[in-house]
Amino acid sequence: MEKRRITFVLLVCIARVDPSCAQEINDIDEAKIDAAMRAAFPKANVDWLSRLKADQTIAGCSQYKDTPPAAPTIAARERASIRYPPDGELMGDWKRGEQLAQSGYGLRFTDYPPTRGNGGNCYACHQLTKEELSYGTLGPSLAGYGKIRRSSEADTKAAYDKIYNSQATYPCSLMPRFGTNGVLTIEQIKDIVALLMSPESPVNRP
Amino acid sequence: MNVRRNLCAAVLASAFAGAVHAQESIGGAIERELETYRSMMKSDPWSNPGTLDVDRGESLWKTPAGPNNVSLEACDLGLGPGKVDGAFAALPRYFADAERVMDVEARVLWCMEKLQGFDHVKLLVRPHPGAGMPVKDLGAIATYVAYRSNGRSFAATFSHPKEKEMLALGEALFFHRSGPMDFACSTCHRDSGKRIRLQPLPVFSKPEEARRIVGEWPAYRVSAAHVMTMQHRIYDCFWQMRLPEVELGSDVSVALISYLVKQAEGGEINIPGMKR
Amino acid sequence: MSAKSRIRLPDQATIGEVIEIKTLIAHPMETGTRRNSDGTLVPRLLLHTFETKFAGQEVFRAALHTGTAANPFISFFMKVPGPGEFEFTWIEDGGVKTTERHDLKVT
Repeated sequence: MEKRRITFVLLVCIARVDPSCAQEINDIDEAKIDAAMRAAFPKANVDWLSRLKADQTIAGCSQYKDTPPAAPTIAARERASIRYPPDGELMGDWKRGEQLAQSGYGLRFTDYPPTRGNGGNCYACHQLTKEELSYGTLGPSLAGYGKIRRSSEADTKAAYDKIYNSQATYPCSLMPRFGTNGVLTIEQIKDIVALLMSPESPVNRP
Repeated sequence: MNVRRNLCAAVLASAFAGAVHAQESIGGAIERELETYRSMMKSDPWSNPGTLDVDRGESLWKTPAGPNNVSLEACDLGLGPGKVDGAFAALPRYFADAERVMDVEARVLWCMEKLQGFDHVKLLVRPHPGAGMPVKDLGAIATYVAYRSNGRSFAATFSHPKEKEMLALGEALFFHRSGPMDFACSTCHRDSGKRIRLQPLPVFSKPEEARRIVGEWPAYRVSAAHVMTMQHRIYDCFWQMRLPEVELGSDVSVALISYLVKQAEGGEINIPGMKR
Repeated sequence: MSAKSRIRLPDQATIGEVIEIKTLIAHPMETGTRRNSDGTLVPRLLLHTFETKFAGQEVFRAALHTGTAANPFISFFMKVPGPGEFEFTWIEDGGVKTTERHDLKVT
């Protein structure tokens, strides 16, 4: 009985729905962390140092080791930052989407001056097409993503939202907030949505 | 005759040939082939080219150099001047003369400046090698020092107040998210059995995984054909995390190394390791 | 380009014994097919030959090519004919030779 109860509590904690799992790191205050971070990058200019500035959401995620107590507040705040294409068309070109999924280019200190747009680097964490064996497992497999969801409109929007700002649906998600943080443009996100949802995309072919 | 060849392409080609359609089978087949590749690379520790940098580091330790034309043989790595055996196993630690906690590379840098007269600013300009270039002198010396602790266990005590503070900072930094990708170390090094592309990720919050991995650094990196030190490894992580260039020996780097070493407490030191 | 190397031999051997000789040398083994970040080819620079003499006789020779990784590790076996000195030579594209000599103690 004891063993099962502990397992249940652990599972709930992992599911990150139970606020009692939130644990704060009390030993070191934020000021010390910020001071150490600032001193650690003497070669960085003002633009680069601004990357170290945490917004309210991500500061909360760090503080609570990604199991935040104020999950609904975070979701609402992040959802408000999502921007949509003016014409409302959420799907772009899946071929460009696959290139973006393969490319890890951009925003690293060797990527300056930039010679191309940023990549989404999706394969770093996800499986997408069956053909690509060199995929990561930090995120769930996205093979057959659109097929499973019968390429529905609601799911297409959900995919767009997820890529633009994953924390709108999953506070303190490990997935980068590609749109909100300016990593990918709206056009690029549309291309990746097409990769996921288009029936012609290799992600959805049998 | 045994000639080491580039196995990666051959191994992955056989993974392709053996692949079936279910995701679990593909994943399993990939893992098995990668494990075969890894164990073949490690099968003869003597064949590790990193040992050549151990030799070079030893030579640099013993040869007079710098404006003062002295060797590093009087350098105090924590156990007294010139005592190298076991010193790496007791790092990071607080050094009263420097009034700060230092890892092996920060300490060697200190000795290169204070004993040999090198300008530390110059040594910090490009301290890590590019792909295909050998590890720099500082890294080679650190590799030699670490080698002289082979077979010992990580035993840094973190008993001094400054050491405790550094350790707490390291743990906080490990979970500290920032940058355009919202990454912390813990973003990737969180759950067991995960990988970025085909690179498995150790989970340092689990002592059993930390003990297995931390003792393999410095390691020879096959893809770059050079030894990569722990400071370089952290610098490379920050590069991937889209953060700026972290300075060798900065408090951030020493704090993170302190956390890793603490998690690896009791783990065996066995360098140079062999990495993809 | 002179390079650093390591040789592993047994401390001593008896006549007729089969021993393993291990060698390691630092060398980029540049294939000539890699490109710099600006797109230009990195020129080929390989160690194309490794040969070993023992007591003046050639006992081992290997022709290396682009498939051999950087910092080549080569090991082979030899039946000890008697006392003597090993002479290991690596020859680079362009002709530069690196030679190491090691005595074998034979009892």
